[in-house]
Amino acid sequence: MLPVPLEHYLVVAAILFILGVVGVMVRRNAIVTLMSIELMLNAANLLLVVFARVHNDVGGQVMVFFVLTVAAAEAAVGLAILVAVYRRKGSIDVDGLNILKG
Amino acid sequence: MLELVWTIPLWPLLGFLLNGFFGRKWGRTTSATIASGAVFVSFLVALASFFALLSFPGRQFQVAPFEWIGVDGFSAAFGFLFDPLSAVMALVVSGVGFLIHVYSAGYMSHDADQPRYFAFLNLFVFFMLLLVLAGNFLLLYVGWEGVGLCSYLLIGFWYKRPSAAKAGMKAFVVNRIGDFGFAIAIFLIFKHFGTVNYLEVFARAPEMVAALGGTLTAIGLLLFLGATGKSAQIPLYVWLPDAMEGPTPVSALIHAATMVTAGVYMVARCSTLFALAPVTLMVIAIIGATTALFAASMALVQNDIKKVLAYSTISQLGYMFLALGVGAFAAGIFHLMTHAFFKALLFLGAGSVIHAMSDEQDLRKMGGLKKFMPTTYWTFLVAALAIAGVPPLAGFVSKDEILWKSFSSPVGHWLLWAVGSLTALLTAFYMFRLVFLAFHGAPRFGHDVHPHESPRSMTLPLSILGVLSIIGGWIGWPAVLGGGAWFEHFLAPVFTKAEEVLHLEVHASHALEYGLMAFSVLIAVVGIAWAYSWYVKSPAKAEAVRTRFTGVYSLLLNKYWIDELYDAVFVRPLIKISTAVYRYFDLAVVDGAANGLATTMQNASAAGVKTSTGRFRWGIVTFVVGCVVAVGWAFWVYLQGMVGA
Repeated sequence: MLPVPLEHYLVVAAILFILGVVGVMVRRNAIVTLMSIELMLNAANLLLVVFARVHNDVGGQVMVFFVLTVAAAEAAVGLAILVAVYRRKGSIDVDGLNILKG
Repeated sequence: MLELVWTIPLWPLLGFLLNGFFGRKWGRTTSATIASGAVFVSFLVALASFFALLSFPGRQFQVAPFEWIGVDGFSAAFGFLFDPLSAVMALVVSGVGFLIHVYSAGYMSHDADQPRYFAFLNLFVFFMLLLVLAGNFLLLYVGWEGVGLCSYLLIGFWYKRPSAAKAGMKAFVVNRIGDFGFAIAIFLIFKHFGTVNYLEVFARAPEMVAALGGTLTAIGLLLFLGATGKSAQIPLYVWLPDAMEGPTPVSALIHAATMVTAGVYMVARCSTLFALAPVTLMVIAIIGATTALFAASMALVQNDIKKVLAYSTISQLGYMFLALGVGAFAAGIFHLMTHAFFKALLFLGAGSVIHAMSDEQDLRKMGGLKKFMPTTYWTFLVAALAIAGVPPLAGFVSKDEILWKSFSSPVGHWLLWAVGSLTALLTAFYMFRLVFLAFHGAPRFGHDVHPHESPRSMTLPLSILGVLSIIGGWIGWPAVLGGGAWFEHFLAPVFTKAEEVLHLEVHASHALEYGLMAFSVLIAVVGIAWAYSWYVKSPAKAEAVRTRFTGVYSLLLNKYWIDELYDAVFVRPLIKISTAVYRYFDLAVVDGAANGLATTMQNASAAGVKTSTGRFRWGIVTFVVGCVVAVGWAFWVYLQGMVGA
């Protein structure tokens, strides 16, 4: 069994996730947006590991590997796009990306 | 041979198609030859069928080359009926039609649009033949409408002339009013008889008289309404004088010899129905006689050569309806035939004059043409004598027959005879007024007009029609004068049922018949002498009468202001109503609905487009909100499930 009760883990993961979502919604800096997305992914990772421990199923931990890999790849691509945008617009304010209006 | 009778209308249809598609490419001579040839072939087939009919038992032949309409509860075959009546009509239409085609080749030779003209003329002959050979009311109606269409196309042939275009429209619209009555009559016939086939309807009619009662009279009157439209009787005659805008051969063919006779043919064909509803016959006779006198009165003062002939046609058609109305069906058809000969000749002769006078049609600017155009003059004179009723020409035989029957028939009346005789007097007068003004006396035209005789293509048909106007009546020479009355006997089987119903065996005295006959000849002579006195011997007399009776003169010249009356009572109010409906329904409601729908869609989409701002964070927010809603709803359902269990 877990040394710390399950509910604590769930609450922490929820808080982390909500922080991530709010961060994506509210912050204007693109890098902070990407960091918030990482935060959301890691909240999910935490839940996966916890439930793997609870159900004594290694599958959850294997899943975390996959998620981490994808997160890393996605961060790399996201940053590459960010660099391209910066070169174009001279700023990384996400509110400036509105050419698809209308 | 009789099985091929249904091909009679096909040849002009073929001519129409060929001239319609290729006429312009093939040129004027070819198109004229094709058109005339087509009608000639029809005539030959009709002639052969006629001889075959003479030896056919019962002299009634039906053939339906193919099934046409076969719907649950209603079937109509593309069926033809060939009996003496349709034989006579087919021969007249194709024979006179052929002569007019040949004439047109000469008359229209300067016109670049000649192929279109011949295409329409052939189409007309096709529909007319369909009309007279039809074996049921529906096919008759097809032909009926078709000839109306061709009349419109040919009256407005020179469509760039506004008066011609308007005349074409007027003809079509007035015709349509009659056609409306005709259509309702056909509906009633189908409703009560269950069939539209002639022979079936006429066979059942006598036993259905009691059951139908007033409906039979209604059917008769509605059919006659159609006839008044097509055959220019009161009240729907107003289109015919205007129809003179068309080329003169068209006036000859359509508005003298054939199309206008369609109404007469139809009434004769349905003689059984009319005989079983005697009120209708009375109406027909009265309207026929009245129209005859009415139109003749207007012909007295017309200055346009074609207008005189137009009113004359209306008047003579009145005679035909008078005959039908008093039960003398064969006499009416006989007059139809002789009238086709001499009226076509009169129109073609007038065309010859117009052609020679470089399109001048005013009688006051003619005169002395006798020496310039002898063939035209002599044939025209023959036709004028025929229409005036001088024996032994064709017009005398047929017109006298009508006058005699209107006096002596059990459903006749001496008053009808009196009106007919007065009209005959006027006919002789105005016809010879025309002859004397155009051909006699000193020339009243200027030096820029050089009248000359017309080419052979035009004078040959004139001569043939002239001969027919002389001998055409001899096939119906009355028994009382020693003849065999062959025509009447030939047509008798078509009208036996009607004659039975009307108890038409009449035993009037021969003396009376001779007396009336002599009287009508006297009238003709008096009329001619009167015209001679006023227009050759002392023209001042005519002038004097005109200045003394200016009121009457103006009334006649202005056609009793009937056109203006119709305009004020029918046309203008209808235009006002149409304009109002257009403005307050079509524009406001229909267009409003369509445009309103479009505007609503535009506004909705403009509002909807505001959601696609292109802003990144807006997209994220909507995404998150959506996710929350979706997951929340799923969770909610899960909870419900938990509670239930």
